[in-house]
Amino acid sequence: MEILLAIMTGILYAAGIYLILRRSLVKLIIGIVILGNGVNLLIFLMGGLVKGRPPLIAEDGKMLEGIFADPVPQALILTAIVISFGLQSFAIVLIKRAYKVLKTDDIDTMNKTDDIK
Amino acid sequence: MTVFLIVILSSFVFSLLLFGIGQKTFQRMTWFAALLPISLFIYFSSFARSIMDGEVFNFFTSWVPSLGINLDFRLDNLALLFTLLITGVGSIVFLYTTQYLKGHPKLMRFYVFLSIFMGAMLGLVTSNNIITLFIFWELTSISSFFLISFNNTESPSRKSAIIALTITGLGGLALLAFAVLAAQITGTLSISEMLQSPEVFANHQYSVILMVFIFLAAFTKSAQFPFHFWLPGAMKAPTPVSTYLHSATMVKAGIYLLLRFTPHFQNNSYFFTTLLIVGAITMLYAAFQTLFKTDLKGILAYSTIGALGIMVFLIGIGTTSSITAAIVFIVVHALYKASLFLVTGTIDHQAGTRDVTQLGGLRKVLMPLAIAGFIAALSSGGFPPTIGFIGKDLIYEATLNGGLNPTLLTTMAVLTNILMVFAGLLVGVKPFSGKKPEALGEIKKPHFLLWFMPMILAALSLLFGLFPAMVEALFTKNITPLLTGEASPHLAIWHGFNLIILLSAITILGGIAIYFFWKPSHKKESGMLKFDAFAPKSLALKFADLFQRISYFLTRTFQNGYLRRYVLIILVLLTLVFGIHVFINPRIFLELKEIKALNWNEIVILAMMLVSIIFTVFTKSRLSAIAGMGVLGYTMCLIFVFYGAPDLAMTQFSIDTLTVILFVLVLYRLPKYLKLSNRTNRLRDGIIATSFGTFLALTIIEIMNENPIKSTTQYYAENAYTLAKGKNVVNVILVDFRGFDTMIEIVVLSIAAIGVFALLKLHLKKHEK
Repeated sequence: MEILLAIMTGILYAAGIYLILRRSLVKLIIGIVILGNGVNLLIFLMGGLVKGRPPLIAEDGKMLEGIFADPVPQALILTAIVISFGLQSFAIVLIKRAYKVLKTDDIDTMNKTDDIK
Repeated sequence: MTVFLIVILSSFVFSLLLFGIGQKTFQRMTWFAALLPISLFIYFSSFARSIMDGEVFNFFTSWVPSLGINLDFRLDNLALLFTLLITGVGSIVFLYTTQYLKGHPKLMRFYVFLSIFMGAMLGLVTSNNIITLFIFWELTSISSFFLISFNNTESPSRKSAIIALTITGLGGLALLAFAVLAAQITGTLSISEMLQSPEVFANHQYSVILMVFIFLAAFTKSAQFPFHFWLPGAMKAPTPVSTYLHSATMVKAGIYLLLRFTPHFQNNSYFFTTLLIVGAITMLYAAFQTLFKTDLKGILAYSTIGALGIMVFLIGIGTTSSITAAIVFIVVHALYKASLFLVTGTIDHQAGTRDVTQLGGLRKVLMPLAIAGFIAALSSGGFPPTIGFIGKDLIYEATLNGGLNPTLLTTMAVLTNILMVFAGLLVGVKPFSGKKPEALGEIKKPHFLLWFMPMILAALSLLFGLFPAMVEALFTKNITPLLTGEASPHLAIWHGFNLIILLSAITILGGIAIYFFWKPSHKKESGMLKFDAFAPKSLALKFADLFQRISYFLTRTFQNGYLRRYVLIILVLLTLVFGIHVFINPRIFLELKEIKALNWNEIVILAMMLVSIIFTVFTKSRLSAIAGMGVLGYTMCLIFVFYGAPDLAMTQFSIDTLTVILFVLVLYRLPKYLKLSNRTNRLRDGIIATSFGTFLALTIIEIMNENPIKSTTQYYAENAYTLAKGKNVVNVILVDFRGFDTMIEIVVLSIAAIGVFALLKLHLKKHEK
């Protein structure tokens, strides 16, 4: 499964990059979301996959013992998910605003400030 | 000791003080600025008697002792010569400028740069530490840049300043390289201590490199061929600057450097041969150029280059008498050339032109100035009884006794000097003699300082000529430390009738003959310009132009303003890095049994992921792309559930839902979801994306075969409960161990939220849109 997930990470990256390279702003953001998923999966994989053993200390225990999922990448990904939500929501609203002003979502027509009236 | 340090740094403090005074107040008390060089001149003069007796003063203050960089100053007779020149000519120039640039709106700025320059120059010639020497060297280049571009509203001034800075800056870098290399080999930064390992400079394996660097530094600064071309351009500066920096002092810094390191290189014959050749080429080339110039300052610029060439040439002969000749010639040249420059400045100031073909008959109005110009021209031509005559004598004595080929050396020196006589007469005599052309118009009498200052310098030329013992006692008597060997020759105006006197006579007569028979004209000047395409200047400019075009090209290619281009370049590069890595280390362990071990729910997750990705990328509807993206998020959720990350699953689930809702709400009414790019672009992007993904996947697989370091994990696993009293380790990490990070994350989110709110609520008025 690890190897398949590694390949899946590659696919996520490829899809994300392909969308980022489009001219449409909406596709750009969807691409960033997909790339973000790829990154999360990559970090998750690096911690090693452990099935069904969340990093919770037993009721009567004092520390994690035996086999358990790595908590460090989980903490990182949790932060990443939340932050990327901040980024996405801001970007979405920004696109909306840009469209209102420029009447387009084509990035190529947005690279000059002179055209804005 | 600290007194000396204060003296060296006083100019810098003074320039700050001028800023404090302010432009308006300063205009009314310009004489105040001249106090600095005059008092410095008096201070340095106080050392004269002791140094005449052969004493050397050392002033040591530690600065960065751990690196061996110290404020280590040393005042010997060579340094004294230069300090007196700097402060002496400085005093004259400071006073002269009060009238020359009277009422100029940027006068204070002028004195600020001039003071900085003077301080830097004093530091340069007294530094015994090679790093501080370098720092002061660079400061002179920089202050020179600002002074050349003083009229910074004029494009030629700016251009000349940039050329000058580029060339001298190049030399500065070479000097730094020389300093570092010499310090590495000899193990000391002190110039005088370096002398204790002469073999380094003579026949060490790096001595050639050392030589190349010091030559680059000296030749660029002292305008030797083929780096000479910045100096005529530097004449765009106000005349006092040309007088001070580009004739009397700064351009002699290279000569100073060579003289300072002559003892180090004295057993290295290549050192002297190179100097001889470069000096000879420079002096002949520059002297020849003076025939074709019509601008007084242009003539002076080339005759300055010629004079610098003579100095290098003399050092290159490498005998005690030639070094003595070089040192005397430094004094000679500083006096007559500064005088001629100031005369030119006054002519320009009063008559409004520097064109030699339009000038004449000025003696009637500017009599005192004409006298000053005349004496300076005499000294420049080496007429007796000026100091110039003695200087010329010494040059011929040196060439006649110069080792390799005395006839050739003497011929070259005579040729150069004949042309120098001509140049001196052209500048110092021609504007005053003959009839005054009609076109000149009414000429007013100059202010007293405008003729008195060049007069002082001219008078000194005469005085030293009549009493050469003064120069000998001050500067050349103790010259032997520069070059071990025989004692320096005795300076006198009359050695009896000999070959040298004959050569002097030939020189003078030849110069006068050219003066009478060769009339400079614009036609000749423009005729000479045809050869400009081969001049080092145009080659250097072409080279600079090439650089500019390359950088334009690079900018246009890499920063064309399209986001995709930037992303693409970064990705292609990364893909190459990954690709090369994968191809060099093909270690791919794909085990089939792992695939067999898959159970059905894993297969379903993978299949769902794959489908949702493909769907998101290729769908033609925006809404379905968003839906696909949402499904992808949920499959991520499932992965987290299966592999022991319930917190992640919960977060991913809620965030994914929120994102989809936001997307749909906000983006529903956007323009049509179009395929904007053409087939080729899509194919190209597809290939790049796919190869990046492939190489990344391969690299991940490779990394997963390594054993990860789990010490951090272990720490959290053991301490989550004992230290932070929490049983959910992920939560403990976030809110306790890394609590500060989480707090900042909340701040970031809040800022994003404020941004979203502001963008949604923003209602622009018509004219603001």
